[in-house]
Amino acid sequence: MKKAPRTAMKLVGSAAVAALLLTGCSSSPGGTTAKETTSQDQIDKALTTPTKLTFWTWVPGIEKEVALFEKKYPAIDVTVENVGQGLPHYQKIRTALQSKDGAPDVVQMEYQYLPSFTVTNSLLDLSAYGAKGVAGDYVDWVWNQVSTDKGVWAYPQDVGPMGNLYRSDILTKAGVTSAPKTYEEYATAAKKVKDATGSTISNLATNDPAQVVGLLWQAGVKPFGYDGDKTVSINVNSPEAKKVLGYWQDLIQKDLVSTDADFNDQFYQGLAGGKYAGWLTAAWAPIFLQGTVADTAGKWTAAPMPQWDATKNVSGNWGGSADAVLSTTKNPIAAEELAKFINHDQESTTMLATQQSLFPAAKNVLGSPTFTDAKSDFFGGQTVNKLFADISNTVDKKFEWLPFTDYAYSQFNEIVGTSIGEKKDLSTALDTWQDVLVKYAKDQGFTVK
Amino acid sequence: MATSSLPAAKPAGATRVRRASASKRRQTTAAYLFVLPFFVVFATMLVIPLGYAGYLSVFKSQLIGGLSFIGLDNYLRAFTDPEFLGGIGRMVIFLLVQVPIMLGIALGLALALDSGRAHGSKALRLLYFVPYAVPGVVATLMWGYLYGPDFGPISQLFRAVGLDAPNLLDSQSILGSTMNIVTWEFVGYNMIILYAALRSIPAELYEAAAIDGASQYRIAWSIKIPAIRPAIMLTVIFSIIGTFQLFNEPSLLDAIAPTAITNGFTPNYYAYNIAFVNQDVNYAAAVAFLLGALIAIISYVVQLGTQRSERKQRKAAR
Repeated sequence: MKKAPRTAMKLVGSAAVAALLLTGCSSSPGGTTAKETTSQDQIDKALTTPTKLTFWTWVPGIEKEVALFEKKYPAIDVTVENVGQGLPHYQKIRTALQSKDGAPDVVQMEYQYLPSFTVTNSLLDLSAYGAKGVAGDYVDWVWNQVSTDKGVWAYPQDVGPMGNLYRSDILTKAGVTSAPKTYEEYATAAKKVKDATGSTISNLATNDPAQVVGLLWQAGVKPFGYDGDKTVSINVNSPEAKKVLGYWQDLIQKDLVSTDADFNDQFYQGLAGGKYAGWLTAAWAPIFLQGTVADTAGKWTAAPMPQWDATKNVSGNWGGSADAVLSTTKNPIAAEELAKFINHDQESTTMLATQQSLFPAAKNVLGSPTFTDAKSDFFGGQTVNKLFADISNTVDKKFEWLPFTDYAYSQFNEIVGTSIGEKKDLSTALDTWQDVLVKYAKDQGFTVK
Repeated sequence: MATSSLPAAKPAGATRVRRASASKRRQTTAAYLFVLPFFVVFATMLVIPLGYAGYLSVFKSQLIGGLSFIGLDNYLRAFTDPEFLGGIGRMVIFLLVQVPIMLGIALGLALALDSGRAHGSKALRLLYFVPYAVPGVVATLMWGYLYGPDFGPISQLFRAVGLDAPNLLDSQSILGSTMNIVTWEFVGYNMIILYAALRSIPAELYEAAAIDGASQYRIAWSIKIPAIRPAIMLTVIFSIIGTFQLFNEPSLLDAIAPTAITNGFTPNYYAYNIAFVNQDVNYAAAVAFLLGALIAIISYVVQLGTQRSERKQRKAAR
């Protein structure tokens, strides 16, 4: 019996050694950037060679578009996997990349996360496969989201240009008969709505940095910047940003805007029960509302965003995603073609818009009358698609992200979101957020401009 | 004793030893074979990951600049990290408030069931145990709905009788709300452990106590509770470990109470956020190690304390 502990120790010892050995060889970043352009012959060859691809996406029903691709290229067999949406999705990609095994070829990725993956050289530069040739087929600001001067990192799938969706029945009760054109009018309308009906004119979520960033985007604020290498710029507490949040702080403190966390039961009930008379939201919201608060059909109206400057007509973006190819893929050409096909082929993009209800980034849908002329009963017969297609053209063209969006957004929730919820001073919150982000960036070895 | 029998006994003894050692060796081999599967799993699932985490915790990894060895800096950083310390502090409050309440209720219920006075005790036993059978995730989602400040039943009840509904999901009350969920979940579990221990007390003791004229309360206080002390200790240790490992509840409540649940609400949740949101796996490993050490220390101290008091009691009894 005396031997047992020693054997156990040996086991432990050898295990520890094994652990060290295992980990010793796992820290070189994988990255391949093909510089020379691939020829058509190579592409044809790759698409006729039997190949297996894996595609990680959360878009429900995207198998249909993938089936179109497989029908066109029978040699390619695509496995679609849903590994979660949001943070879990990105975590799993990172884990797979780090373990050097099991990473998919094509991944769904939101625009704000692309730099977080290019910084680690994890995305394939698609410009080597002729991606630049299709740049003109997408709305220009969207193309700016997926491309930098260093390359093209994804094909845009859907977007969320922001607009104002409101309950015309509630607003009419308060004597507001048309959508507020400016933020000044919006604040006045908010007061009327609150006094007459008790509803708030919109909800500013405490847990949704994307909404606030979309509002900043509309105001022409450039809070983030990344040169694709080692330099980031962080300006979340600029005077312009403080002006925007100061405006909302005022409405929040007067109880004219609610501050509920969004996309949970409480929020859905608020939408259904008329707690919110409107919502400054994005192009995906009409379909979302149709599904979530079907009982309120016919009572909604869609309008462009209120403006800071009455002479202008600008918007921001909230949401949407693209399809990127991981640099670890063994079949870069086939993977790239899959990402392109889904988001470029007319039949596929139309299907994405009509069946998956994604608001398109591709001009071949945005410009098609069957899409823009569709009347929505939920919005009292309004051509909502047309409205948002027009809004999409007014989105500020250049908007960059940080290469550590997870952290930036999580800290937004901790600092700014909490201050929104507790009706505190948002200017101070922005200052704190700025400090935290700068510290983190420096900690991670970035140069902060 | 009998020295004359020694020479005769010697050869017999020698063969016996030899035979015994042969069979003993076989037994030892068999024993090792039996524990081998455990050790393989133990090593691959626990020791290696632990070693790997320890290895990670002495490095620093940057998005720009890569990996560098920094010794114990991550540990030192944790000792001055207000979020980590805040999480620990919160868990200490949790431990001091929630655990006594939960175990008190569990003990009370176990005693009540054991006294045999409650009608339908079998059905009640099951009923108390049901919350434990509900997965923690479901329980939290359910309570999250009950707590809802606008449409939650609790708020509606308050409003129905004309009172201001308390916001059970704001930063002041979230700890209490979490305690309530955890208590609801684990009272039944602890009750079953204590109840099983109560059932194993010999009935003669009760008879003797009854002859001495002891009341039910007296029996509970002087016989039952001392007799199940080890079981109580077990539930205490489990609760300490469970408290410091709280994760599901804050992580799910975060969706409905994002302003109240901070990234460092519980140390475990903090380690998760550091690793997967801040992408600082190295610091997360250090935090996890410190947390593990803390749990071990507290559990040990508690156990030591009770052992000492037990010894004292035994001495007093003598």
